[in-house]
Amino acid sequence: MKLKLAALALGAVMAAGPAMADLVFPSLSYRTGPYAPGGIPFADGYADYFTLLNERDGGIGGEKIQMPECETAYNTEKGVECYESTKGSGALVYQPLSTGITYQLIPKVAADGIPMLTSGLGRTSAKNGAVFPWVFNFPANYWDGASIAIKHMLDLNGGDISDKKIALVYHNSAYGKEPIRTLEELATKHGYELTLLPVDHPGQEQKSQWLQIRREKPDYVIMYGWGVMNQVAIQEAANIRFPMENFIGIWWSGSENDVVPVGEGAHGYKAVAFHNVGDDYPLYDDLKAYVFDKGLAAGAGDQHGSVVYNRGVYAAMLVAEAAKAAQEIHGTAAITPVMMRDGMENLEMTEEKMTALGLPKFGPEFKVSCENHGGNGYGAIAQWDATAGEWSLITDYFQSDQEVLAPLVEEDSAAYAAENGIEPGC
Amino acid sequence: MFYREAGDFKTSYTEDNQTFPIKFDRYRYYAVLVFAFAVVPFVINDYWVNAVFLPFLIYAIAAIGLNILVGYCGQVSLGTGGFMAVGAYAVYKLMTAFPDVSMFIHVILAGVITAGVGVLFGLPSLRIKGFYLAVATLAAQFFLVWLFNRVPWFYNYSASGQISSPERTVLGVPITGAETAPWAAYLFCLVFVTLSALVARNLTRGMAGRKWMAIRDMDIAAEIIGVNPLKAKLTAFAVSSFFVGISGALFFSVYLGAVEVGEAFGINKSFLVLFMVIIGGLGSIFGSFAGAAFLVLLPVLLKNALVGGMGWPTDLAAHLEFIIVGGLIIIFLIAEPHGLAQLWRVTKEKLRLWPFPH
Repeated sequence: MKLKLAALALGAVMAAGPAMADLVFPSLSYRTGPYAPGGIPFADGYADYFTLLNERDGGIGGEKIQMPECETAYNTEKGVECYESTKGSGALVYQPLSTGITYQLIPKVAADGIPMLTSGLGRTSAKNGAVFPWVFNFPANYWDGASIAIKHMLDLNGGDISDKKIALVYHNSAYGKEPIRTLEELATKHGYELTLLPVDHPGQEQKSQWLQIRREKPDYVIMYGWGVMNQVAIQEAANIRFPMENFIGIWWSGSENDVVPVGEGAHGYKAVAFHNVGDDYPLYDDLKAYVFDKGLAAGAGDQHGSVVYNRGVYAAMLVAEAAKAAQEIHGTAAITPVMMRDGMENLEMTEEKMTALGLPKFGPEFKVSCENHGGNGYGAIAQWDATAGEWSLITDYFQSDQEVLAPLVEEDSAAYAAENGIEPGC
Repeated sequence: MFYREAGDFKTSYTEDNQTFPIKFDRYRYYAVLVFAFAVVPFVINDYWVNAVFLPFLIYAIAAIGLNILVGYCGQVSLGTGGFMAVGAYAVYKLMTAFPDVSMFIHVILAGVITAGVGVLFGLPSLRIKGFYLAVATLAAQFFLVWLFNRVPWFYNYSASGQISSPERTVLGVPITGAETAPWAAYLFCLVFVTLSALVARNLTRGMAGRKWMAIRDMDIAAEIIGVNPLKAKLTAFAVSSFFVGISGALFFSVYLGAVEVGEAFGINKSFLVLFMVIIGGLGSIFGSFAGAAFLVLLPVLLKNALVGGMGWPTDLAAHLEFIIVGGLIIIFLIAEPHGLAQLWRVTKEKLRLWPFPH
């Protein structure tokens, strides 16, 4: 039986292999399971941007783009299966959108020589390109997010939060645990009191955590949640009448899907952002003309302009720009994953470039280098307006506390290098 | 025509009692072994190893382990995920503490540690039975996952709480880590599967297995004829946990390379392995393989057929996959409540008479 199944599977894989000539950007998406509310808009945005490039520009540098999609359901075993099934097709870069899958792929991509981009997720210390040559996490990472949230609190309190209590509600996984070290370090620096409240996968059950918040009355709550966990947390916060403007989520906890179900109660909820919101950009005119109106939109086509959809577009745009950079460096349109890595390492995003791409004032400026794979750690605070039904940035982009973060990145990447026998070098 | 005893004379008890007494069956078994050991390693690639063979082999070990407990000894357990986690964390601690020791020894030791933990959580089985025991083992599942999340010593104080396996070798060949050759990982797991199946098969038809089955069929009667329930139940827990621990160790170190306890070893894993045992056939080693193949390979096959072959949207295919696998489980269990192993037995009986059934 197993042999028969295996033979059938082989046949199917053979049939599925795309042609080698195109630029292949696999999408390890998740449109099912408890994390689908975040996975669907991202996958749609990622696909639509590449469709736009194919339709409008005929691909990148004249090479058509292929985008095989593979469903991971945010599950690491399926993630591995997806990676293995797509890597042979000439995949240029992976963006798994799951910290668990990222951890698994970090050693694999290094061995296979395929770059990986984990914008705002994944292993934070991958910022140190000397240790992680194949992994990139520009423009911002988890520790930047935590630091930006704390800085925002400092701004609100005139630079002193030493008498404040802050609670971290986090997804009890590698993702949610990432900011703990940073928040602890920042606590010693700024003197606030930190409470940790883990929420287990998938996060539908949070009564006890919010009961504790009600009892301890922290001044601020920071949330690192994803999928259904976000909606539940915001609903629970509304139920105990926690002041929403003191409730700050990371960028993965700040989309329409998270706040709309709570209705009026979510008014004033804040989230950290590393890119702008809304659909008031010239790029959307192109998307409408070349993708939406032609009926080529991915998925159900109902996510356009939402926060995570924009993030998908942004993610696709960053790797498309990196591919252009790679084509320029190597003087060939048909780039390989190794060339793609060079492109990513020499990527520079400036305001002029973003304006030319139709996304003015959309994301922070940054420049990638061999030592710094993570950008400069700029972020802003977005706030939800329940009456208008939209997110808006209420601050400018400001930088995270690099003084605290840089040594942490150094320390963690050095530990990884020692554990795996990597010789750091640029 | 096939599977006939006719002309197959046995002249000693050993021959008569062998696992495959029928010549045709025996040769088929040898052929499978030769194919698995001598052909597959040469043709295998990364995709086949990581998407098909490793999960199949590793889940087969877990299913064999659970089958000993549930199928042979009749003690329902929902703690498989937790025990796999024990194996994974044990091997992680061992491989980081003693980097120079062969992985082979680490995996075995991880199994031994899990056996100890299994015995500990098997103690309630002396007083409670059936569904109540299931609830007690469910507590083990949640407790163990909580423990590995809570105590940083288990994950060597890493910032994210993830454990990831560094490169370790057997006889100088890397078995874990990203540089592992597909054939090495495959052969390493295959050796464990073969050994597990052999040991399990021989345990279950020896004195230990007979005691387990006596306890399963009627514990009071078993006690009266002289089976010590304490020893029988605890050995079943120990042996079962040993195999489950090995599978957990391989699952983490060879297959995934990095795990997070809540996601990889949650309650879903316990149910998955239990379903493998039930669908494959309780009290059958072959059933463990069949169940693992059914639940591991079928989704991959369906995904490849629907998305790769027909180009359907991935979410539609993922949902259809649930429906088809779920439907097939129901159909199989209605058609044959004793699982795929019983279907196989019936097929063999039919083939024996074919083409002259009367």
